Formats: sequence, C-alpha cells, structure tokens
Amino acid sequence: MEQSESTLTGSFAVDRIDVHPTHTYNGYRLRPGKPFPFGATFVPGGVNFSVFSRSATSCTLVLFEKGASQPLVEIPFPDEFRIGNVFTMVVFDIGYENIEYGYKMDGPWDPQRGHRYNKDKVLLDPYAKLVAGRDVWGREPDWNDIYQYRGRFVYDDFDWQGDRPLEIPIEDLVIYETHVRGFTHHPASGVKHPGTYAAIREKIPYLKDLGVNAIELLPIFEFDEFDGSRVLPETGERVYNYWGYSTVAYFAPKAGFAATGKYGMQVDELKTLILELHRNGIEVILDVVFNHTAEGNEHGPYISFKGLDNQTYYMLTPEGYYFNFSGTGNTLNCNNPIVRNMVLDCLRYWAAEYHIDGFRFDLAAILGRDPSGAPLPNPPLLETLAYDPILGKCKLIAEAWDAGGLYQVGSFPAYGRWAEWNGKYRDDMRKFLKGEEGVVGAAAQRLQGSPDLYEWGGRGATASINFFTAHDGFTLMDLVSYNGKHNEANGEHNNDGSNDNDSWNCGWEGQTDDFWINALRRQQIKNAMLMLMVSQGVPMFVMGDEIGRTQYGNNNAYCHDTELSWLDWTLVQKNPDLFRFVKQLVAFRKAHPALRNTTHFRNADYLGTGYPDISWHGTQAWSADWSASSRVLAFLLDGRHARGGAAQDNFIYVILNMHWDGLDFELPGLPPGLQWHVFANTGASSPDDIWEPGSEPPLADQHKLYLSGRSSAILVGR
Amino acid sequence: MEINVKPGEQVTVVELVGDIDGSTAPAVQAQILPLAAPGARIVLDMTRVPYMSSAGLRMLLASYRQITSKGGRIVLVGLSEEIQDTMSVTGFLNFFVHCATLDEGLKAVEA
Repeated sequence: MEQSESTLTGSFAVDRIDVHPTHTYNGYRLRPGKPFPFGATFVPGGVNFSVFSRSATSCTLVLFEKGASQPLVEIPFPDEFRIGNVFTMVVFDIGYENIEYGYKMDGPWDPQRGHRYNKDKVLLDPYAKLVAGRDVWGREPDWNDIYQYRGRFVYDDFDWQGDRPLEIPIEDLVIYETHVRGFTHHPASGVKHPGTYAAIREKIPYLKDLGVNAIELLPIFEFDEFDGSRVLPETGERVYNYWGYSTVAYFAPKAGFAATGKYGMQVDELKTLILELHRNGIEVILDVVFNHTAEGNEHGPYISFKGLDNQTYYMLTPEGYYFNFSGTGNTLNCNNPIVRNMVLDCLRYWAAEYHIDGFRFDLAAILGRDPSGAPLPNPPLLETLAYDPILGKCKLIAEAWDAGGLYQVGSFPAYGRWAEWNGKYRDDMRKFLKGEEGVVGAAAQRLQGSPDLYEWGGRGATASINFFTAHDGFTLMDLVSYNGKHNEANGEHNNDGSNDNDSWNCGWEGQTDDFWINALRRQQIKNAMLMLMVSQGVPMFVMGDEIGRTQYGNNNAYCHDTELSWLDWTLVQKNPDLFRFVKQLVAFRKAHPALRNTTHFRNADYLGTGYPDISWHGTQAWSADWSASSRVLAFLLDGRHARGGAAQDNFIYVILNMHWDGLDFELPGLPPGLQWHVFANTGASSPDDIWEPGSEPPLADQHKLYLSGRSSAILVGR
Repeated sequence: MEINVKPGEQVTVVELVGDIDGSTAPAVQAQILPLAAPGARIVLDMTRVPYMSSAGLRMLLASYRQITSKGGRIVLVGLSEEIQDTMSVTGFLNFFVHCATLDEGLKAVEA
C-alpha cells in the first residue's frame, strides 16, 4: 500500500522534556547531566559536563571568563547528580565562546596508596577538545596563573564536503615524517603564516611534486613548549619542548601550531588542512604519545590526571612513586580499563572527527605493560585498538620499544593490524651503507621486508616501516657527514642522544669544502634513498632528507626552536639533484608493484616463469657472495610474480656495491626479446644518475655493468 | 553591534558595524534570515567589522546555506585582511564570493 508523503516525513514540533533546569546555584540554572559522553558537550540550552574520578569525595566545576585570572563561579556538583564514579551536570545559558572550564577535586592525600588530591588545584578535563593558555607559540605564560591550560568548548560541525580518510593501502604509502613548526618556520619558507597548519597547506604542491602520499606529524596534541624550557648559560639560547613528546590534552590540537590559535580556531584550521591534503591524495598520520603525560613525577605540576585520579591514571610503585618506563618521569597506566577506554575514545575521536588516516604510537611497548609494569602476553589495549570498528581502516604503527628496556621489534603483539617502526632496518642498512663487514645477510632480510622478523607471525612485508632516518637521530645528510653526535647545543655536555648511530662521515667530520668528500656524501644519500625505495615494506624518511637537510651533527634536536631544527627551503635550490633523485625514486616505486608486495617472497618460481620471484646475485649473476667480507649484493625481481602474480611488472635488477672499489657486475639474462634499461646509477653524475620511470635508456652492454665504488643501480628489464 | 538593513530594488545591503562573536552573531542572523526570500540578492558590507569569532563564521555559513538553498545569493564586502586570512585558513572563505568594495559587491551579486 502506498503511503502519503506526509505520514513518512513530518517534523517533530514537540520540545525535548529535559531542557528545563531543576536546580539553581548562585543564579546558574542546573540539571543532572548525562555521563556519556565524557567531557563538555553542547545540549539544548546549555552544556553537559561529565568527568570521572574513582576516589574523589566531591567535585566542583570552575568557570572562568576567557583569560580571567579568577573564576567567574565555582559550582559544586550536587551529590544527587553523580552516577557511579562520574560527576555530571548540565549548566544552562553559559556562553559557548567566552567561557573556560576546569574542575576541582577533593579527596584523600595518601601518596602511598596513590592518592594526591588537592582541592585547591584547578584541573583540565582529560576530554577537553579545545585548550587555551598556550595560544601563540613561544609567548611566555604567566606562571602565577592558577589555571595554566584551560578547557574550552568546541564546535564539531565542520563541513567535510564528502571527505573521509583515504584508506590508501599501506603497501603503497611513502611516509614523510615532519614537524608542523619545523616544516615551514624557516624564513626561507615563503609562506604567509610560518610554522602553522595553514602553512603546510601552502606547501602541498611541494609534497605532491616530491610524490609522498602520507605525512606523519610529530605530536600535535596540545603540549607546552615551555615544559622544561630554559635559557642555556653557555649559548644564551632559550630551549623548548620543541618536539612535543609530552601531552597536556589528548583531545585538543596544539593551538600554537595554528595561525588562528589566538582566536581559538585551531580545530577548523587543522581540519581544513587535512581536507586539503586528502584532496591531494596525501594521508595524515599522527605521532601519539600515550606512554606518559606532561605531569612528570611527584615533583611535577598538577595539570589534569594527577588531581583527578592519580591512582587510576598512572603506573605506581608499591610505595606510590611513579614508574618511569618512558624516561620522562611518569608512565600512563594504559592497561587500566579506564585509561584504555580513554585512549580508545581519543583515537576514535581523531579518526572520526578529524579524518586522521593513521597513528604512530610513541614508545608503544609501554602499551603492552600491565599496571605493575610487567609485559603482557595479550595486552588488552593493543587488542582493543586492533579490533575497533571506527579504527578499522586506520594505520596502526608501533614504535616497538620503550625506555624501560622492552624491545619488541618483530614481536610486538600485532593482531593482524599493527605495523612497526623497524629499528633493525635502520641499524642493519646503515651498517651496510657504510661498508661494514658481515651484514649482507641481514641487509638481504631488510630489503625483503624483514621476513626473519615478520614472516613467522604471518604479518607480511607491510608490518615493516622501513627507515634510515627519523626525527630521532641523524638526518640523512648528517648520517654521511658525522661519525659521532654533536649535541653540545643541547646543554648536556653531549651526554644526551644515542651513541649507536652507525654513521660514517666520508673522510671529514662535519662540513667541508672538499669536492670529493661532498660528492661521496651525495652519492651515499642517493644510495640510502635507493635502497629505501626498493625495499619491501613501507618507506619513511624525515623532512628535508630529499634536499640534504643538516642538524650539524645534532642527533637529538628535541629542544631547538632554531634553524637547527627548521627546514631550510633554500636547500631546494642548492640541492636540486637530490630532490630530483628522490622524486624519481618515489615515482619508480609507485610505477612498480613488484616493489610493493604485501606478503613476503617465497624465493621460488611458483608461477613457472623460469625465474623465481626474487633471486640473489653478486658480481657474478646467480651467485651472491654471502661471506663475511662481502659488501656487494644484487637482486632480481621477476615482475610476473608481483603481488603473488596478481599484478604484472617488469624485471627489476638492483645492484648494491657498498665496496670502496669499482666492480664489474655480470647481468642475469632476460627472456628473449627483453632488454636491460638503466633507471638509476648513483655513480653517475646528475642528470645521468636517474631517469623518469618509463623513459630509461637501454644499456649498450647487455651482459655487464661497471659500478664505481660505493654506488648502486636499478635496471629495468622490458 | 550595529546592523543597518538597506533594502533596494534588486539587492538588499546589510551593513554590519562592530565585532561579530558569540554574543552578537544571533542578532545578526535574526536580521539576515528574514531577508532570505527565494532568489534574494544580499550584500553583506563588513567594512567596519574589526573581528569575527568562530561563532560569527558559523553564523555566516549558516546564513549562506539558507539563502542559497532558496536560489538566492550573498556576497561579502570589505573583509579586513585579518578576517579574510582567518576565513581562508579555516576553510570558510571557500564558500563565499567576496569583494573589496560595495560597488564591486553590488555587481557581483547581480551577475
């Protein structure tokens, strides 16, 4: 039977019946709130507040007029508004834009049992979506202010115009790790709002030209750059918490990274950036820090968790002190169910509300520890994240170690979802690059997507995020320019930062005018990038590696908001050959599915083509030199086996000569009618070092190729 | 906040004077929405608006939606560099036609 339209549609003219206050306090009209969702949420006529504390005896809502030093009003939650361990309340008729809110919690002071309640401290809501107090980067705060990081309300009505996370298959990603401020704050960046989300948007054409399709941002959850900030007596430089690995608010984007932070519009600015990146085919991965917070240990400040429910949120020793698996004073108690839910809520919020494509978890091994610090065989948090419906297509990437000595590269609990920063890739490939003995076997594993680490668990090559460099450690230029770290500028007498860099300076420590040393360094940079882009797994490099960015040997530049950390855009003009080389490598990787397998090679000719999927070679074809003194490795991919035979590709031959001597390499024979073409040869000078994919010239001699010392080549058989 | 509605034969000009924020945006919206008749032509003269908050931007976009859903047009005029910048980096500017002067705005809204 057909129904008339009016019975199907029609509007609801009846008002909700819960929009009327039931209580008043000092002229403020109140009503019991709803416990879900946590945080501050707009409801008709007012704002719903909901905050958890298991052991607080009472809670007070503290409202400030924007920026005011003293509260506008303090409204105690009536006890009849509490549900379980959640304090809830609706406050009607409060201004959305000019109000800042916090809580005061009363409860026991009993540090041995984990309680550190202090009813005088104004505390930030852990679910605050917008935080004021550090609105403009580097503007010194008023440390006498009783409320440093102030929760605000946020509009969640951004118009995404049809956008959603891109869901690029992880094997197709090329990840560019970058810092929001460092990427564009250099005076040469030429952007209107240096150091901001908005400025990244201006640089999208650069990223597209380079060809990367994912940017991984160092922490952007609200943090305090003044955390640990001081003026170094030796140099007079003010150092900051520049990297931001010390979270103040997990649900709020860093205001100081927004050109509009002074107006509190960072949410819209960041979403606009993400929308624009997505429109250009670039995913956004966030570096998230759930292993610790900015509250430090028992000497650190009260910001939020410490005053709300210290015993729940932190891993504590039996005596009530803070465990320090993060190396920063405290450890978030991630496998407590309350904290686990908060982490889940947080990631869901960023995935759903900001369309974030993936997350990289800082010191993720901590997320697998139980509340006493012991590693769990089946960590509930990691399992929950892996199976969560909203995170179902997000990339989950673990930094699979922590500062407490738990090293899980290859053994991180994966649930078929988690990928890892492959620290062994970095270490082995750096050694191979500098010509160390005894690493060709390890290098062969790394080039294949580390089957020795990941095949046993059925995790496939895409479990491996491959990298030579990341924010933490040398840049690629410094990796080939310094034998040792030079962290004097950090003010710790060069005692901070890793000593295991596996770097080689090519004959002189630091910058030099020597032509041959500089030429060798460029060649080594190209060798590294070439190896990275032909490795199975997911390549990542740090901003500026494509144009030779240096930190002058500093391998731990976490505190420098100076040219040491910023990307110098004049390098684009100074090193066009490097940029071109990396760009063509990225394009080559995109053009060749044989380089982007999801599973590991079988080392067999399972399709009966006459060639195995991968075969290993040396100066003689079909005969690799696996001896300890070998510094030479070559491999042949038969493109007919690409993606298990599901994709068609050319033959690809990669020759890596990390010996200092030039060598002749016999080339494996191709099926009749095919010829070897040279795509890249790092021993040749620009522009003959690389070609546009598809336009490679055929080799004059189809039987052998001479490669100069410390050089590498890619040939295409077609 | 001062709101001057100047009805014309084809085009209504609304002149706004003062900051548009959470406290003034509802009043502005209350003045604009009744003008959103089918096919309406509206020029919003913001030459004397020094500041617009998040709520102000949302009011603008909501009004834009109301007007265009009925086949009408709205053009913004005289945005300060600061407001234009803010609207640009937060994505709001993409939705609007905006002009430097009232004369240009009047032409644009009729075009």
